[in-house]
Amino acid sequence: MSEKLITEEKRVFMTGNEVVAWAAVAAGAEIMYGYPITPQNEIMHYWTRLAPKYNRKFLQTEDELSAGFTTVGGVMAGRKAFTATAGPGNTLMQEPMSMAEAMRLPTVAIIQQRGGPSTATVIYSQQEVTMTTFGGNGEGLRIVYSTANHQELFDYTIKAFNVAWKYRFPTFVLGDGYQAKMRESLTVYDPEQRGIELVKPEPYVGKPGTPGVDREPGHYRNTYNVEEELYEVLQDYFKDYAKMAKEVAEYQAFDTEDADVIVLSHGVVSRGAKEAVEQLRKEGKKVGYFRPITLRPLPEDQLKELANKAKKLLIVESAQGQFAKLIKDVIYGSSAEVVPFFKPGVGITTEEIAAKANEIL
Amino acid sequence: MTVQPAMPKCWRPESKPHKFCPGCGHGLVLKALGEAIDELGIQDRVVFGCDIGCSLLSWDFFNVDSIQTHHGRTTPVMTGVKRANPDLICIAYMGDGGGYAIGSQHLVNAATRNEKITVLLALNTVYAMTGGQMAPTTMPNQKAETAPYGRDVEETGYPTQGPEMVAAIAREGAYVARGTTANLKQLKSYIKKALKNQMEGKGFSFVEALAACPTNWRTNAEKTWNFLQKDMPKYFKVGEKKVPGAEEKEGQ
Repeated sequence: MSEKLITEEKRVFMTGNEVVAWAAVAAGAEIMYGYPITPQNEIMHYWTRLAPKYNRKFLQTEDELSAGFTTVGGVMAGRKAFTATAGPGNTLMQEPMSMAEAMRLPTVAIIQQRGGPSTATVIYSQQEVTMTTFGGNGEGLRIVYSTANHQELFDYTIKAFNVAWKYRFPTFVLGDGYQAKMRESLTVYDPEQRGIELVKPEPYVGKPGTPGVDREPGHYRNTYNVEEELYEVLQDYFKDYAKMAKEVAEYQAFDTEDADVIVLSHGVVSRGAKEAVEQLRKEGKKVGYFRPITLRPLPEDQLKELANKAKKLLIVESAQGQFAKLIKDVIYGSSAEVVPFFKPGVGITTEEIAAKANEIL
Repeated sequence: MTVQPAMPKCWRPESKPHKFCPGCGHGLVLKALGEAIDELGIQDRVVFGCDIGCSLLSWDFFNVDSIQTHHGRTTPVMTGVKRANPDLICIAYMGDGGGYAIGSQHLVNAATRNEKITVLLALNTVYAMTGGQMAPTTMPNQKAETAPYGRDVEETGYPTQGPEMVAAIAREGAYVARGTTANLKQLKSYIKKALKNQMEGKGFSFVEALAACPTNWRTNAEKTWNFLQKDMPKYFKVGEKKVPGAEEKEGQ
């Protein structure tokens, strides 16, 4: 392998898509399979510029089905492989990702959300939450990080490769068009210099020796003959998922202890939510802030605790309740009232959130 | 004591007898493939991918690393494996529905990009696993579950000529042929050439094999054989369609 892209920590000013490409190189990603769709294109643009210099590969496929399935092939060959997509591309991506779920494949996909349904806008939304967390004909056996800023895009892209290969669940970094396209300052670093161990990939196929002679062949399938056979396999997956969830679930929270109203948000919207809560606190209002970083698995215990302590949960998102559905499922039966503040496909400002929180206090 | 015909060495005895219907062509295609793998001595380097449809029943057929994928998606999965580890010899095995309908964009683009993989496609003119629906390759006037009065070419077009299509779009270096399970020796030689083409890094390789489906054709042994050996080749001409180096010779 050629010299490292990042030899020492430094401050940079980049677009989110460029950050993802840098993070993937830093994480030791070996091959990207991609198909153009806005707003994720520049991940491919930067990757294709960096890749030959650092001995990495790229394949532009014929569509997102192919991008997803070649990524599946890449990880089965034992390489850290990834893809990136958005919107209608994410819809197509659900088919290969359901295969990854069925076969416990450590695929990594970066999703830069755009408006929906259908082609909608190429700009921004948080409308790919349901699809990214529970898409496909499966049970949502995925890990989904929802990032809020460029530092997190860098940190969690690196982390995505690590958790994918450690736990063997398909892993997603859920960004959006705002994060993808805007420029922001962040610190880039070599993860190993920071003591972050990079999990080594292992091949599923093409291990040394002749199958049937020196070793058993790797026979990988996602189809079963009878219901009970599938049921048993899934029970093991659910057990593994529950065990993983405790180690992987992440969140940020402050001022929740005595809060009457807790503002719940995720991703880029949580930046506005954070400021709104800080402002209201200065005014002496009993408002708190909670933001899951992982949308799958959710920090369930913490959410339940909040929902039994606070009077109201103000759920703010740039979608018509996709995030709220995930939350409500977890907190079902709790005492707090859920107050929605949904603006599908558009950004939400600090002022709007503060006003809404004030209104319901 | 009965003498059993020898199985290819790379076949997995534990998964035999295989799961295909009596008279099915898949067993013969996989026999030709097994012998080709044995003769080339590549059992340790082969990755075998199988599609959805009857071809999926081959997921544990060989003592080689195998991946059962989704309908039509074996071509991209094998492309992904090959791109990530070019030392492996990747074989994408599918039926005509997987290759020419739901996965046709993958076949076309893998051929266009000259992916260094081998696609082996069993053509039996029907969707067999799902119960005998019309396929892209159903013959004119042939009856199928979704064409109960016979395929009307005015309504549904003519059968896909797969190797001819691939030969037309693939560039120099590609190997394309159509064999038949009615001539296993020839089919094996085509498969061997296709695999060698991949091993030598020349380009994309594609072999279609005419195969029988007595279950869905609703035919007895005699009628099955007649359809396979006489009717199908009238439309689907057996032979090599593209051989590396042939274009240079033509120019001389």
